[in-house]
Amino acid sequence: MNYSFLRPILRPARMALLIGTLALAACSQGGLNGDDVGAGASGIGSGGAGDPTSPAYFNSVVGDRVLFAVDQSTISSSAQVVLAGQAQWLLANPEFTALIEGHADEQGTREYNLALGARRAASVREYLVSQGVPDSRLRTISYGKERPLQICSNEACYSQNRRSVTVISAGAGV
Amino acid sequence: MLTRRTFIHSTSMLAASSALPGYAFAQTPPLRLEITEGVIEPLPFALPTFIAEGGAGDVASDVSRVISADLRGTGLFRQIPQDAYISQVTNFSAPVSYPDWQAINAQALITGAVEQRADGQLVVRFRLFDVFSQAPMGEGLQFVGPADSWRRMAHTVADQVYSRITGEGGYFDTRVAFIAEEGPKNARLKRLAIMDYDGANVQYLTDSRSLVLAPRFSPLGDQILYTSYESGFPQVYLMDVATVQRRPLEAIPGGNMTFSPRFAPDGQTVVLSLEDGGNTDIYSLDLATGTRTRLTQAPSIETGPSFSPEGDRIVFESDRSGNQQIYIMSSSGGEARRISQGTGRYGTPVWSPRGDYIAFTKQEAGRFHIGVMRIDGSEERLLTSSFLDEGPTWAPNGRVIMFTRETPGDDGAPAVYSVDISGRNLQRVATPGMASDPAWSPLQR
Repeated sequence: MNYSFLRPILRPARMALLIGTLALAACSQGGLNGDDVGAGASGIGSGGAGDPTSPAYFNSVVGDRVLFAVDQSTISSSAQVVLAGQAQWLLANPEFTALIEGHADEQGTREYNLALGARRAASVREYLVSQGVPDSRLRTISYGKERPLQICSNEACYSQNRRSVTVISAGAGV
Repeated sequence: MLTRRTFIHSTSMLAASSALPGYAFAQTPPLRLEITEGVIEPLPFALPTFIAEGGAGDVASDVSRVISADLRGTGLFRQIPQDAYISQVTNFSAPVSYPDWQAINAQALITGAVEQRADGQLVVRFRLFDVFSQAPMGEGLQFVGPADSWRRMAHTVADQVYSRITGEGGYFDTRVAFIAEEGPKNARLKRLAIMDYDGANVQYLTDSRSLVLAPRFSPLGDQILYTSYESGFPQVYLMDVATVQRRPLEAIPGGNMTFSPRFAPDGQTVVLSLEDGGNTDIYSLDLATGTRTRLTQAPSIETGPSFSPEGDRIVFESDRSGNQQIYIMSSSGGEARRISQGTGRYGTPVWSPRGDYIAFTKQEAGRFHIGVMRIDGSEERLLTSSFLDEGPTWAPNGRVIMFTRETPGDDGAPAVYSVDISGRNLQRVATPGMASDPAWSPLQR
C-alpha cells in the first residue's frame, strides 16, 4: 500500500467554518462517548482549533474519525489519508497520547459488535504504528453498538456509526 | 437489602380422598397436557380464591392471583371465571364435589388456603384435582415461609400445578437478571438489575455510571457474570447476588477486553471472550486457581460460548467462514464442527438446559430472528421476526425463551420478550422501563 503524508494547511476562512460546524455537532450530541468528550473541544483561542498543537485542531482539522464498510475493519483509501494526518499530528505533538475507539452500527448482535469494534480500533492502531507512531502512545477500546453517533435506523446513520474515533489526551506514552 | 433467600419448607399432606375408588369414572384418562406439539386449546382450570386463615385475607387473594397469572401466562391454561363456579370452597379439607366442576368444564381444580401465623410465618397449602378422573393429582403440599416470600410460595404452587399437568419442569419460581436502560439512544445509561420472572421485585445491582452488558447466572443462581466498563475498559465482573459484592473476574493487563462470559455447569469454570490486538478468542478460566486456558486460536472472532448441560461441549459463534456461524467444540477446545446450515448470520448460541436444542439469533435480509435448532443443526425453527431481536436465554425447563427486542429509529427502545419454543405465546415481559439482555435464573431453592 502507498501511504501519502498530507500536512494540513491552515486557511483562516476555512477554519472559521469548521469551528462553527464543530460547535453545532457538539450541541446535537450530548452523549458520553468519545465523540465529544475528547480533550478541549472549545475551539477558541490558544488550545482551540486555531492552535495546530491543540486536540481541538486534531479533532476538527486533521479529523478524529474514519468510517468502515458493513462488518469490515479494512482501512479505506480515504481513511488512510485521515490516519496519515493523525499520525503526523501525533508525531509532531509527542506530549499527547491517543485512545482509539472502535464502534459498530446497530445491525449486529451485541457481543459480536464489541469484537468488531475492537477489530476496527486495532486496524487504526496498526495503521498509525505503520506511520511511525510509537505503539506505547496508543490504546484501544471498543464500544460495539453501545454508543451510536447518529440514531436513525437506516444506512445514512449506520455509515456514520461504523467508525473509529481517535481521542487525544495530554500525557506522554504509557 | 438484596438478600431474598427464603426458606420454604414443604411437607406432604395426605390428600383428602373424596373420589370413590374403583368407580367407573376412573376409566377417564388422567389429565395430561402435551406442550410440545401443534396449536393448543388452553386447558380450562378452576381456581377458587384460596381460603384465608388467621387474617390472611389480602395475601390469600394475592397468592391466588399470582398462581393464576403464572398459569395463564404460559398460554397453555385459561381460568374459568369465578362467577361461573357452582361449588364454593370454604373449607380446605372438605371433599370436592366433582360434578359441580365437571358441569362448568373445569379440567383441573386448584384449591388452597393461606394462613397467617401469629409468629409472622405464612403457610400456603394447595391441592390439585383432575376433575374428570375425579381424583387428586399428586399429594397436597404446604409451604411455610416469611410473610414477604408470599410471591415465591405462589410461584412454587404454580410450578407444582404446571409440572403435574404437563410433565415438564416448572419455571415460575425464577428470577431474571437484565440491563435496565434509560436516556436517549446515543447516550444510554445502563444498570444491572434483577427481578422475578414476572417483573415483580425489581432491584438495581449497579448504578448507571458505568456501561454494563449481558449478565449471566451461575448454575445455582447466586452469582452473576457481566461485562462492565467500570475500569474504563470492558471487563468481565463476578457479582454475588445476595451481597452485591463484585470483583473483576481476572486482572487483564494492557487493556485487553474481556466479555461474553458464561459459567460451566459445575460453577467452577467460566468461559469468556478475550480480545488481544483486535482478535477475539475463547478462553476458560478456573475460578479456584485463576488458571486461564485458551480454547480457540483463530484470527477470526470467536465469542458467545455456552456449555452443554453435561459440560463436555461448548457451542459458540465464529466468523471464521467469513460471517457469523455456530460451531460446537469440546469444552477443552480443539477442532470445532459447524452446525448452522441456513443462509444468513447466526450468533449468540445458547444450549438448552435440557440439552436438546440450541437457541440463537439469526440475521438475514435486514431482519433478526430468535430460533432454535437441534444440536446437529437440523430442524432449524425461527420463533420470532423483527427489526432487531437478539440474545435468547432459556427458562430452566427448556420450553420458554426470553430475548431482547429493540424497535427502530430515533426513539428506538429495547424491551424483554418471551416466546415458547414452538413460537407460540409471544409476550412482552413487564419491566419498569427500557430493558435488554435478559438472563433467566435456574429454579430458586
